[in-house]
Amino acid sequence: MAQLILRRLFQTIPTLWLIATATFILLQLIPGGPFDQEKPVTPEVKRLIEAHYGMDKPIHEQYLQFLLNRLQGDFGPSYKYAGWDVDEIIAQSFPISLELGFYALLVALFVGVPLGILAAIYHGKRMETLFMGLALIGICLPAFVLGPLLLLVFSTELGWFNTFGWNTPSDRVLPALTLGLFYAAFVARLTRSGTLDVLKNPYIQTARAKGLKEHRIILVHTLKVALSPVVSYLGPAVAGMISGSFVVETLFFIPGLGSFFVNSAFNRDDTMVMGTVLFYAALILLFNLIVDLLHAWMNPRTQRD
Amino acid sequence: MIKVKLEKEIILKKTQASAPTQWRSFFSSAYARIGTTLFLGILIACLFGPLFLDHSYESTQLELGAQAPSYNHLFGTDTLGRDLLIRTLIGGRISILIGFLATVVAVLIGVSYGMIAGYVGNKTDALMMRFVDIVYALPFTIIVILLTVLLGRSLILIFLAIGAVEWLTLARIVRGETRNLKTQAYVEAAKVNGLPHHKILSKHILKNLISPIIVFATLTVPSVILLESIISFLGLGVQAPLASWGSLINEGAQKFDIYPWLLIFPSLFFSLTILSLNFIGDALRDHFDPSK
Repeated sequence: MAQLILRRLFQTIPTLWLIATATFILLQLIPGGPFDQEKPVTPEVKRLIEAHYGMDKPIHEQYLQFLLNRLQGDFGPSYKYAGWDVDEIIAQSFPISLELGFYALLVALFVGVPLGILAAIYHGKRMETLFMGLALIGICLPAFVLGPLLLLVFSTELGWFNTFGWNTPSDRVLPALTLGLFYAAFVARLTRSGTLDVLKNPYIQTARAKGLKEHRIILVHTLKVALSPVVSYLGPAVAGMISGSFVVETLFFIPGLGSFFVNSAFNRDDTMVMGTVLFYAALILLFNLIVDLLHAWMNPRTQRD
Repeated sequence: MIKVKLEKEIILKKTQASAPTQWRSFFSSAYARIGTTLFLGILIACLFGPLFLDHSYESTQLELGAQAPSYNHLFGTDTLGRDLLIRTLIGGRISILIGFLATVVAVLIGVSYGMIAGYVGNKTDALMMRFVDIVYALPFTIIVILLTVLLGRSLILIFLAIGAVEWLTLARIVRGETRNLKTQAYVEAAKVNGLPHHKILSKHILKNLISPIIVFATLTVPSVILLESIISFLGLGVQAPLASWGSLINEGAQKFDIYPWLLIFPSLFFSLTILSLNFIGDALRDHFDPSK
């Protein structure tokens, strides 16, 4: 296990370095500096601004400084939110996105896994079609379709929830459902096929022959192995939820990192965009590492590869 | 030599199973029938529907404003008085067009990349696939948003950007299959007989990769349409007066409480398209699945 962690960490570091370098090069290549404005500034002012942001040094020094800063968690100043550092904005808004993502993940797992297991139990019967039909509907309702529809029904028509904001606990419900249900559908499909695969094994037949109760077979002997495709899917699912959070946060006016990212993409706040991309990349790499470890723990055989 | 010949014949027989039988067995699945009918219906409506409509998708009639669906405007009109039916159909053209073009880009990059990595093998393969792993670890939407921010917003760039991130999965699949095929006796025999590499790749390897490529491509189209819609929904994609389903749903989402039809009709078209393409993709996968 320790060896696996070490090996994966050694793979992660060069990846992060490559991404950081790529964002640095992109920042240099962007036509027009971040301070190009309608009114041209005097050369004097321009020189001062460049000195302030360290842009007057030779390029290799800037690059080294860039890497050093990132290493210390310093993502540089935002070009548009004057006086704010990108890391300060991230520190303030990311916890909100994290909370939203956590609830959405709960929705995905607690809706998807039982649905998939039920479908596998009722394999070949009408109920299976019903459960998988539900999952299929989920797949064609991504956040930007489901969100407005949920709002239309539950807040405009029924008045159960606020249309926007992130203040009361009930404000969490619709955003979490919007973000989570799409992934619940995929989780349900994966759980179903995983469970069906395991149920074919001879040791399940043995357990049945010994008179074990069906729910015990499912819960004790099947689930841990059957869920391994779901665990692998969590990596891409979390990456997808991050981009989904752009939509959900924009839609429900939630002040999370996602809406800051979209705004900075709009406003050409280049340091903010690059800083957020780097942050998201590190986050996803970290999460993939966790998923791999979880996978190794659930399926000891995969470690040998 | 005789053995090689025999194997070749078997392969030939496999690939030459008569086309009508194949289609019949494909359409024996209900998913395939529903998916194909639904998708063809939407496609034909989007392609030819606008020709029969008198309204224009771009000229505004401010005095008309947003009208509920009526006989004259079946889907109603948007806040600028534009007919929503024709905008939905035109938006569908854009969404489906981007879906297919980006898929073509993804297939071209993915297949050639995967085939080269798998065929050359060794260090080249390790290096090429490591690169795929790295890019794979990044969220696609973020890269596409980054590219649209950096390169500006135009249709061509959007589908190039999407195509440029969707090829990774295919590269992995193709590389794995190529590595398997490379060790087959008939490929070795072709090599010994002095067939040049590009001919081995095109004649013996690519032909056997057709079915996974088709399945993957069919499943890529909906995910591309989805990605484009997310970007257009965020306002970073297709620009007005042009529309895609994503930008239409965005307009609808802003005023869904007063003008719900602005949200409902584009969402319906979008969701049915995604559904039908997933049906077709799943059915194709089952159809080509040798374990069945």
